[in-house]
Amino acid sequence: MTAVQGSIVSFDNVGLRYGTEPEVLSDLSFTLFPGCFYFLTGASGAGKTSLLKLLYLAQRPSRGAIHMFGTDLITTSRDDLPRFRRRLGVVFQDFRLVGHLSAFDNVALPLRIAGVKEADVIRPVSEMLDWVGLAHRARALPATLSGGEQQRVAIARAVIGRPDLLVADEPTGNVDPDMALRLLRLFEALGRLGTTVVVATHDVQLLKALPDSLIMRLTKGRLLDPTGALRYPPRASYAAAPWTGTGA
Amino acid sequence: MTKPPPISGELERGVVAFGGRAAADLVPRRRVAGPVPWVIAIMIMLSTLAAGAALSLGNLAGSARSELSGAVTVQVIEADRQSRDAQAVRAAELLLGDPAVAAVRPVPREELVSLVEPWLGTGDAGAAIPLPALIDVQLSRAADNAEVLRLETLLKAEIPTARVDAQSALLQPVYAALSALQYLSLGLIALLAIASSAAVWLASRSAFVNHRESVEIVHLLGGADRQIARIFQRSVAMDAVLGATLGLGLGTAVMLLVANRFAALDSGMVAGGGFDWGDWLVIAAIPLSGVLIALMTARITVMSALRRMP
Repeated sequence: MTAVQGSIVSFDNVGLRYGTEPEVLSDLSFTLFPGCFYFLTGASGAGKTSLLKLLYLAQRPSRGAIHMFGTDLITTSRDDLPRFRRRLGVVFQDFRLVGHLSAFDNVALPLRIAGVKEADVIRPVSEMLDWVGLAHRARALPATLSGGEQQRVAIARAVIGRPDLLVADEPTGNVDPDMALRLLRLFEALGRLGTTVVVATHDVQLLKALPDSLIMRLTKGRLLDPTGALRYPPRASYAAAPWTGTGA
Repeated sequence: MTKPPPISGELERGVVAFGGRAAADLVPRRRVAGPVPWVIAIMIMLSTLAAGAALSLGNLAGSARSELSGAVTVQVIEADRQSRDAQAVRAAELLLGDPAVAAVRPVPREELVSLVEPWLGTGDAGAAIPLPALIDVQLSRAADNAEVLRLETLLKAEIPTARVDAQSALLQPVYAALSALQYLSLGLIALLAIASSAAVWLASRSAFVNHRESVEIVHLLGGADRQIARIFQRSVAMDAVLGATLGLGLGTAVMLLVANRFAALDSGMVAGGGFDWGDWLVIAAIPLSGVLIALMTARITVMSALRRMP
């Protein structure tokens, strides 16, 4: 299978199993388009985190085909994966901040890994911390931050490099409703700049806040897509997106 | 603010160095408190001493060989003293007439007596036991087997009791012993290098396990294996340079102290074990090799651990 024209990610009959266990994800076929906003929902144990792991390249599928940024990931060598990961932003459910680095250094990490000069790191990181309301906590270590503050640092780290694909696992679980809405607007703004956003959530209020978003509903490892809209979405939903999908 | 902040500059998409303080901070180290610098210091010190011994023994053997390479001893083995003395004089004349002979020195009888004194006791041992007449001969070229045979043939034509020996042949067991000690030193250096690698491997693996969470985060944020390996290499390099400098300093100090003690013996043979510039360069290469081995070991250890990540 080749990538769907204009798509940023496409899954074709993807399955995932850990070791010799039964499949946790089965026959996943869907396509993500640039600038689109997707909510990933499903009961606990439905496979949301496993699907996100496939999306942020922490796992390789057991079967099926995945294309990302126009490239077949199944045949891509391991050494080439960092180039893809640098185009992703990830908000982990457990934040995964580096414990001995300050909030500033945690947010700066993607830029430093990508080789951005130190002089060009300070301003965007400071502004991003200011935007998530943590400018005054820039030098604080994660252990001294509250859960909500840590989550905001994790989100700032995920979006600082303006990724092509943002994957967030329960990104608003530890913040108050106002901050949740504010963060959602940030994701929405990134979408307008061409970033594809996939947010895994249980929060119904969040789903209501963005009624135009596409819903990916997982049940027992399978994606419910009765109309085929996730695999072959109506062209109008992504036609205006800026990304052209010419490869990584 | 209602929109995300702008990002200054273009993000480089290729794999680039993740360096500087920011990278070093990912693997915080309590330098000196860890065992690696001390292990490397001990290994480098022992390697320096072993290499010093190997070089010194090599120089000593070389010096003795070059001194004795053209030297032969002629013995006239004749029981009758008068006949022996006459044959010795004739042998000296024949030798002086040979173009390959540079110098001839008949060994005085008193010197011969003093040579056998430790075994035969004081007094005129020569009166009771017929000692052979000895002649030290210095050739203008190497005293190889063919040359020794030629001289012996020349002498035996007139003096059947004459026997010619290359002096270097007499020291062959000593050379063999020195050579064995040199190989032993080289073997020790190899074992120390392996032990150092093992220590660095353990330390790198332990550091990797301790910082696995940070490594995984960097990996998932797009850190390439060699970027991550470089962080650990940098950390190990600091330890290795510290340990190697200390080890070289201690090793050199001990070596100079021992050399000083041997120099006090004022023995000609021992003086041949001194170092030239080339030898000092070899000694200087030991800590550099130690650091390189440590870096390579750290790299291989971390890279193989990273390979197990997706």
